[in-house]
Amino acid sequence: MSALAADAPARGPLRRFSNFLYRRPKLTLALLLLPPMLWLGVVYLGSLAALLAQSMFSVDDFSGLTVYQPTLKTYGELFQPASLDIILRTVVMAASVTLGCAVIGFPLAYYMARFAGLRAKAVFYLAVMLPLWSNYLVRVYSWKLILAKEGVITWLFGLVGLDGLLDWILALPVVGGPSLSASYIGMWVVFMYIWLPYMILPVEAALERVPRSLIEASADLGAHPRQTFRNVILPLAVPGIAAGSIFTFSLTLGDYIIPNLIGNSRPFIGMVVYSYQGTAGNIPGAAAFTLVPILVMALYLAAAKRLGAFDAL
Amino acid sequence: MDEKKPSAVSFRSVSRHYGEVRAADSLSFDIAEGEFFSMLGPSGSGKTTCLRLIAGFEQPTSGEVLIRGVSMAGVPPYERDVNTVFQDYALFPHMSMAENVAYGLMIRKIPKAERAARTETMLAMVALSGMGQRKPSQLSGGQRQRVALARALVNQPGVLLLDEPLGALDLKLREQMQVELKAIQRQVGITFIYVTHDQGEALSMSDRIAVFNKGRIEQIGRPDEIYEHPATAFVAGFVGVSNILSGPAAAAVAGAPAAFSIRPEKILLAAPGRPVPADSCSADGTIASVLYLGASTRFGVALSKGGELIVIEQNREETAVSASARQGQPVRLIWQRAHIQEMRP
Repeated sequence: MSALAADAPARGPLRRFSNFLYRRPKLTLALLLLPPMLWLGVVYLGSLAALLAQSMFSVDDFSGLTVYQPTLKTYGELFQPASLDIILRTVVMAASVTLGCAVIGFPLAYYMARFAGLRAKAVFYLAVMLPLWSNYLVRVYSWKLILAKEGVITWLFGLVGLDGLLDWILALPVVGGPSLSASYIGMWVVFMYIWLPYMILPVEAALERVPRSLIEASADLGAHPRQTFRNVILPLAVPGIAAGSIFTFSLTLGDYIIPNLIGNSRPFIGMVVYSYQGTAGNIPGAAAFTLVPILVMALYLAAAKRLGAFDAL
Repeated sequence: MDEKKPSAVSFRSVSRHYGEVRAADSLSFDIAEGEFFSMLGPSGSGKTTCLRLIAGFEQPTSGEVLIRGVSMAGVPPYERDVNTVFQDYALFPHMSMAENVAYGLMIRKIPKAERAARTETMLAMVALSGMGQRKPSQLSGGQRQRVALARALVNQPGVLLLDEPLGALDLKLREQMQVELKAIQRQVGITFIYVTHDQGEALSMSDRIAVFNKGRIEQIGRPDEIYEHPATAFVAGFVGVSNILSGPAAAAVAGAPAAFSIRPEKILLAAPGRPVPADSCSADGTIASVLYLGASTRFGVALSKGGELIVIEQNREETAVSASARQGQPVRLIWQRAHIQEMRP
């Protein structure tokens, strides 16, 4: 005891400070969490609250100036048929993009997690991530060219003699258009391309956590591969699909560049927010529209939880 | 073996190679119906590979595995009348215990009422009745082990495969489960094939044991045969304490073969010069090491003509202090010739 006590005196202010922190783990934790909490609490949530507070004001129709009087008038405008149209269009697009990403991403993620060797897996990771390294705008503009009437897809369809099929697709009501780059189908394709990595990576991670012995146990108990997939693999992959769908769904809900560049220039939520807060100077309107994706996401997560998407976590 | 009734499992010159590695090297043996058969060996000896060949997770490189006389060549696991208790239990984490146990019945489309009844009976047999609604994550290791056993047995398979099922349990629980497993096997009468690296488990539960080494079987026999009459130096060393004399040290023992093994508890630690009975062998030496083990003491005796023998004595009078005081003491070791197991040179 006395020998220990003789060693104990701190040798400098830094040592004494670190001893002081060592004896107070809660204070240490508080000091570590303070900067991120400040960032999250004040800068992020604070600005979001300020934005939403703006939605309680309204814009004077005549002067175009913001009236700083609390009112629900701006929210009321969300329920105008034109606004509901925009909301519905955006939500349907986000849902289709999510579904498409899940259908395309799952087999790839499954192959990466179950069958690919170490080298092949590294190549796949690189291939999935590589598009994220280049500029988003450049990629969207490239797709605009690819999908254009004179673009490589029209040319390819012509090459194999399927231009009739392409014309038939473009003649479809609502989703068609004069060219792929000016149709909802084109927009859907570009959205899927842009957000696909955000679906593949969490699904791959979820599948990788399924031990091989579970699949063997299912076969051992008499289940055919199809039954094993439905009863064991898919339920255990659902949290990954849910995580991926949160990305693809919310990113599509908020995006304003792709609907601006691809499609038939009918407005999406992101575009409306962008134009309201910019040229139109309608900050309350922009703020009210910002609330829509937040509410839609909250509903989406509640529904996913209810359906048991997170039970296997 | 009964000629009319086919064996539960037969290996006919079965090999399984992974590149250059021979995990199973031309194995032929039969496991009788209703037998508790253990495959014992160190890790990498090929015992788990054999289990996976029976379950159908692996196919042999050459040779043939038969289950109840039917060749299993190309038959996938889900078409074999065999169920497995996995080393990590492999319980489905998204299902309750009852759903886990009922999985095989659900796959075979057994009606719901019968499914529930059989699941409940099985949970009762492994002493888990009334806990079927819990998820695997809410169970202890021992409980998970029981669920895994119930999930396999509920299908009434022809053969039950157990892959080191007690490895993750602590000692007390492991001993308790050994007793229960043996009792359950007698009750259901199913052939159990049990893979383990623990000689104690194999000796206490099995009807017969196959000792594996480097993809080959060193010896197959009843537990007492394996222990008392190890066929090879490997078996003598892996099962129990290695006590092998060969060369000049063995030649110095009157009436003993050129190379032999003797179990340490068969040797009497006597005073020097004590007369040796006619049916016994003896060797003189000094106590070189003493390990006090509580119930017994393990003496390492350096023989005066070379070599060392381990002697284990029950501690009737001995204490830790008196035992360690015997270090350096000259002794005469005496054992009956009948307890010697001759080794292949």
